[in-house]
Amino acid sequence: MAQLMEPTNLYAADFDRLVGRLDGAWSHFADARRAAFDRFNELGFPTTKHEEWRFTNLQPIVKTAFVPAEPGAAVTTDTIDHLAFAAIGGCRIVFVDGFYRSDLSNLADLPAGMRVLSLGEAADDALVCDHLGRYATTDDSLTALNTAFAADGVVVHVEKNVNVEQPIHVVYYSTAGDRPQVTHPRNLIVVETGGSATVIEHYASDETGDIFSNAVTEAVIADNAQLHHYLLEREHEQAFNVATLRVQQGRDSRLESHSILLGGGLVRNNIHVEMTGEGAHGLINGLYLPHGDQHMDNHMRVVHAAPHCDSRQYYKGILDGSSSGVFTGRIVVNEGAQKTDAVQSNTNLLLSNSARIDTKPQLEIYADDVKCTHGATTGQIDEKALFYLRSRGLSESAARGLLIYAFAHESIDRMKLEAVRGIIEKLLVHRLPQIELLEGLL
Amino acid sequence: MTTPLIEIKNLHASVDGQEILKGLDLTINAGEVHSIMGPNGSGKSTLANVLAGKEDYEVTDGSVVFHGKDLLDMDASERACEGLFLAFQYPVEIPGVSGMQFLRAAINAKREHHGLEELDAINVMKLFREKAKLVELDLDMLKRSVNEGFSGGEKKRNEIFQMAVLEPTFSVLDETDSGLDIDALRIVADGVNTMRDPERAFLVITHYQRLLNYIVPDFVHVLVDGRIVHSGGKELALELEDKGYAWVDDEAPAAAAK
Repeated sequence: MAQLMEPTNLYAADFDRLVGRLDGAWSHFADARRAAFDRFNELGFPTTKHEEWRFTNLQPIVKTAFVPAEPGAAVTTDTIDHLAFAAIGGCRIVFVDGFYRSDLSNLADLPAGMRVLSLGEAADDALVCDHLGRYATTDDSLTALNTAFAADGVVVHVEKNVNVEQPIHVVYYSTAGDRPQVTHPRNLIVVETGGSATVIEHYASDETGDIFSNAVTEAVIADNAQLHHYLLEREHEQAFNVATLRVQQGRDSRLESHSILLGGGLVRNNIHVEMTGEGAHGLINGLYLPHGDQHMDNHMRVVHAAPHCDSRQYYKGILDGSSSGVFTGRIVVNEGAQKTDAVQSNTNLLLSNSARIDTKPQLEIYADDVKCTHGATTGQIDEKALFYLRSRGLSESAARGLLIYAFAHESIDRMKLEAVRGIIEKLLVHRLPQIELLEGLL
Repeated sequence: MTTPLIEIKNLHASVDGQEILKGLDLTINAGEVHSIMGPNGSGKSTLANVLAGKEDYEVTDGSVVFHGKDLLDMDASERACEGLFLAFQYPVEIPGVSGMQFLRAAINAKREHHGLEELDAINVMKLFREKAKLVELDLDMLKRSVNEGFSGGEKKRNEIFQMAVLEPTFSVLDETDSGLDIDALRIVADGVNTMRDPERAFLVITHYQRLLNYIVPDFVHVLVDGRIVHSGGKELALELEDKGYAWVDDEAPAAAAK
């Protein structure tokens, strides 16, 4: 596939500067970093000729002269409080322009058996040495680019049989610089055997400025462990955001991944899950709501590498204005992964004639005793339902709002964390007509 | 002379370019129950939908005055807020919207239209409880998505429940009896009978005379080919049941010539 991509020498000087700056704590990662950078240069940015990028054109990113963001932006606790929903409670770790900010974070009340660290400060932690870069392969050029520039991010470690109910809220806040800024957040989540954790990965930004966040999160869910992961994209509507979640699931483990895409101008949401232990369960739930000129590309890949695993992918899109959406979902059932039970569903609601969705559900099955279903639907608001609501006195816009809300609600209902659900509902309602009426109903 | 609650004059309506209503006249006063009977395809449901404001139907001629206002000038929402209600022949399933959310929104849309304050959650629940008894509806059903997975009878009872909650002055029941067993039919009829009062009127559209044993109309009209060809008292329904619509078809030219 390399020949389909554009070769590049981008970022060479930036890379050398980074390598010069990083201290000895990173020495264990130096070879992997160098290899990843070479790999990126070999692959270049993918173009729309690449099958996995057919509907997402990265040229706007390629053509923008992004420079690595610098630390030290003036951001107050108020700003973060305001966007980071104090109601969620729990601990919070904040990164501004990709750099850990202890002054804005609150990690005082971490429960015993759980560690939440800045990767920049814990680069030589044993956990980091063991896991970083092991799962997110550099076949994908953007992951390679992240690996080359990985310098900070969150490390979440839950020890064996420790069940943490309170969520860890990870905030990535980008400010507007004089020049276009790129950050490469790199996160590592390890939940040991029998443990459980909830992590909210939250991207937000100032109102303006050219920013590109290219994030990679590696998550390891050991045997019988659980991870509830929420991705919340709320950057401004010119921002570029590529977020990759790469999950490794052990025996009888449980993943619940929820993505809520509201912000960003060009967004790519990669969720790649590998079920390597028997009896693993994965719920991959998502809701994307582009309007205006936003483009949101969801790229799912679930690999059933062991028998008796089940996966459920439910992605819903509500597209307005001249926005566009993409759903690519692939279920791979390896040889020997018998009794796989996989469901994949993508449903879309188009609110305008100029909105566009490209959806591509795919199955790749190499075992013979499996149950896999997939499907995609795209439609508009049901006129019959609209008339029914109006015939009871609801105005056209209120009826529309209620039907859109109802469409989205199925996704929200799957989210276990009540505080998050409440917030998502509010964010969603603010996108709809007749806000007042709907707020009264929630 | 009293002002009629609703006055339909020379109503012509088409759907997809085909004329269905061909000059329908009907005047209903407050306090009255009228029934419209007629064979399949005579325009019964078209009349119901045109009155409710469904945009698929084009009114090409005629007028409808409701509470002294031009009904055809209002959109479906306004008509409902002004006191018109249609009990659907085929109530629509709305996944994701609970009956409670929906009805609360409807109640408050109507109150807002009349410049009244919003009814709060407690009073809404009180109202729901009171009206649910009327149609023997389990309130838990309101927690479910509107009409989703309801049986035919449940859907129709839910329509009558909505009518009871919204307290319209003019209700059109579009074949509410079709497919109902006798118990459900009795419940639906009881709901309507309880609501009968001098301020309200009902238009009961039915294919079968059976319903009219339970909801006794003041007037019965026979609709054939888009026009009312025969009007009479409640006895007319029995006569129709005996003789069938062929009988009025024969009478039709005479009525049309009048």
